[in-house]
Amino acid sequence: MSEQTQRNQYWQANLKIMAVCLSVWFIASFGLGILFAGPLNGIQLFGFPLGFWFAQQGSIYTFLILIFYYAWRMNRLDREFDVHEE
Amino acid sequence: MELQTLTFIVVGFTFVIYIGIAVWSRAKSTGDFYVAGKGVHPVANGMATAADWMSAASFISMAGLIAFLGYDGSVYLMGWTGGYVLLALLLAPYLRKYGKFTVPSFIGDRYYSSAARIVAVICLIFISFTYVAGQMRGVGIVFSRFLEVDILTGLIIGMGIVFFYAVLGGMKGITYTQVAQYCVLIFAYTVPAIFISIQLTGHVLPQTGLGGQVTGESVYLLDKLNTVIQDLGFGEYTDGSKSMIDMFAITLALMVGTAGLPHVIVRFFTVPKVSDARKSAGWALLFIALLYTTAPAVGAMARLNLINTIQPGAVATAPNLAYDERPDWFRTWEDTGLLSFEDKNGDGRIQYYNDTNPEFTPIAESRGWNGNELDVDRDIMVLANPEIANLPDWVIALVAAGGVAAALSTAAGLLLVISAAVSHDLVKSVIAPNISDKAELMVGRLAAAVAILIAGYLGYNPPGFVAQVVAFAFGLAAASLFPAIIMGIFSKRINREGAIAGMLTGLIFTFGYIIYFKGVFIQPLAENTPENWLFGISPEGIGVVGMLINFGVAFIVSRLTSAPPEHIQELIEDIRVPRGAGHAHSH
Repeated sequence: MSEQTQRNQYWQANLKIMAVCLSVWFIASFGLGILFAGPLNGIQLFGFPLGFWFAQQGSIYTFLILIFYYAWRMNRLDREFDVHEE
Repeated sequence: MELQTLTFIVVGFTFVIYIGIAVWSRAKSTGDFYVAGKGVHPVANGMATAADWMSAASFISMAGLIAFLGYDGSVYLMGWTGGYVLLALLLAPYLRKYGKFTVPSFIGDRYYSSAARIVAVICLIFISFTYVAGQMRGVGIVFSRFLEVDILTGLIIGMGIVFFYAVLGGMKGITYTQVAQYCVLIFAYTVPAIFISIQLTGHVLPQTGLGGQVTGESVYLLDKLNTVIQDLGFGEYTDGSKSMIDMFAITLALMVGTAGLPHVIVRFFTVPKVSDARKSAGWALLFIALLYTTAPAVGAMARLNLINTIQPGAVATAPNLAYDERPDWFRTWEDTGLLSFEDKNGDGRIQYYNDTNPEFTPIAESRGWNGNELDVDRDIMVLANPEIANLPDWVIALVAAGGVAAALSTAAGLLLVISAAVSHDLVKSVIAPNISDKAELMVGRLAAAVAILIAGYLGYNPPGFVAQVVAFAFGLAAASLFPAIIMGIFSKRINREGAIAGMLTGLIFTFGYIIYFKGVFIQPLAENTPENWLFGISPEGIGVVGMLINFGVAFIVSRLTSAPPEHIQELIEDIRVPRGAGHAHSH
């Protein structure tokens, strides 16, 4: 495999991981926190209406997990394609 | 010991620490000055980014904003944290790999054009000065409220401190000072929040206290808050009044704007490796989230505490608080003008309710209420928290130190990107390319000093529009810098002509829309109401439309003109892989 095709495959794999992470990012904030907040507020999570919880707490926790997941996943991908830093 | 003496000691002590750090870590080269020699540990960089990011507004105003907006306040919580996901995924690793010092130098190199670089410098300076004026004002206000010196004295002390460690230490000095400032501000924010949460709900963590039951009653805090404020004619706390499209646009504009702010981006140039840049964004968000998940609890609890004070029993059945029996903290904050009472119906008692709700007016009249009598400044929700909760004096002193730390750390970060843009992107790249490293460092220090003076002036004589132009900083970052950087990384086809046309149209559109409704320099041309807005999007959220226009124009213009040259295509290939980050400047 030439270095060029390897780099292209690495980039494609990166874009795929990115797309998955950004979908989760979108769903947790814009989806559950805004678009579906109304219906979700009918569900109670302890003392929180669920939509309100996503908008003021849940989305932030999701963002955090996403970034650490992406950093971990990309470190693995870097090694798989042998483009990691020394 | 008297409160004021204690406050002086605590704030003075933190200043000694900041200055000590600046002397220990002073910059010796332009590399140290711009990007701390690229040797900052990702966790330390995360903390510094958090302090850099969280300004006087986050520390003092945000919880109060949420307290009065309820669910609508979520736009700030999601908007100012979600941007870090974009930073970690789309920007930070690639810009770190590229390996230069500033945002305009990336744009200038990627679009092989001094014009693009200069457009980026103009955007950067405009965004950063808008922001820094507010910070210097914040420094002055915190000093004058807690230390009872006048605003000018407070401002000069603040400028002096920032001058010392930003000019001497550069990015290296700022970074380690910000780590210390983060510790001060997060401690000052969470301690009162924890105490209040324990008092109200028995939960140690404010984050769970917000969803907990009120102590001694089997009712949830949020349910109780909803009931109480609806009884006073306000809308439900956990439900919004903004239109969905506007919520959407504001949240997205704040997220994208956050990811496009130069003083935030530049922090990711300081870590040793590409993998550290990804991780560091996570640490930054973790440290930010400590405050941002506490803030909604502080907001809701402070609102409930305030109403409980004024309405000791059930609304309308038990009498309201008599003005003569008001608590001590009420008197203290009346003196500052943040709280004011006017006895409109002459009964000597305080009525606090929503007198702008026409449906509620007959109910209020039947109770003998003649208009809302209490004006509450939203900033009080954080500033008065320790007193409302009867916390010891050292906590109050700590809150003062926290407010100063939040304002100073952000101001220093902004001043540094301004000085780097001037010395590196204007002087070194355009005006005098042969300048030595030592001379460039000197120019950088000089630029930082001048920037501090201008910022101080703007803080003392705030142009009437400072409060209104906060929307500017985020909107312009979202509509100009963010798309240019993203397209520079993810497209090989976008060329010089496309990028410049895109940045300019995005910038002019957003600028024009905000001026049209907010009227900076001129009278607003139209009333700032939802009926007049384009697609129902307020000026706060219009950066999103500006961003889309930027993307669209850049794409079309690039299609119609020739593709970027070969060596640019190679540069893009190169920044997409992590290996070789240390050598990236050789391009």
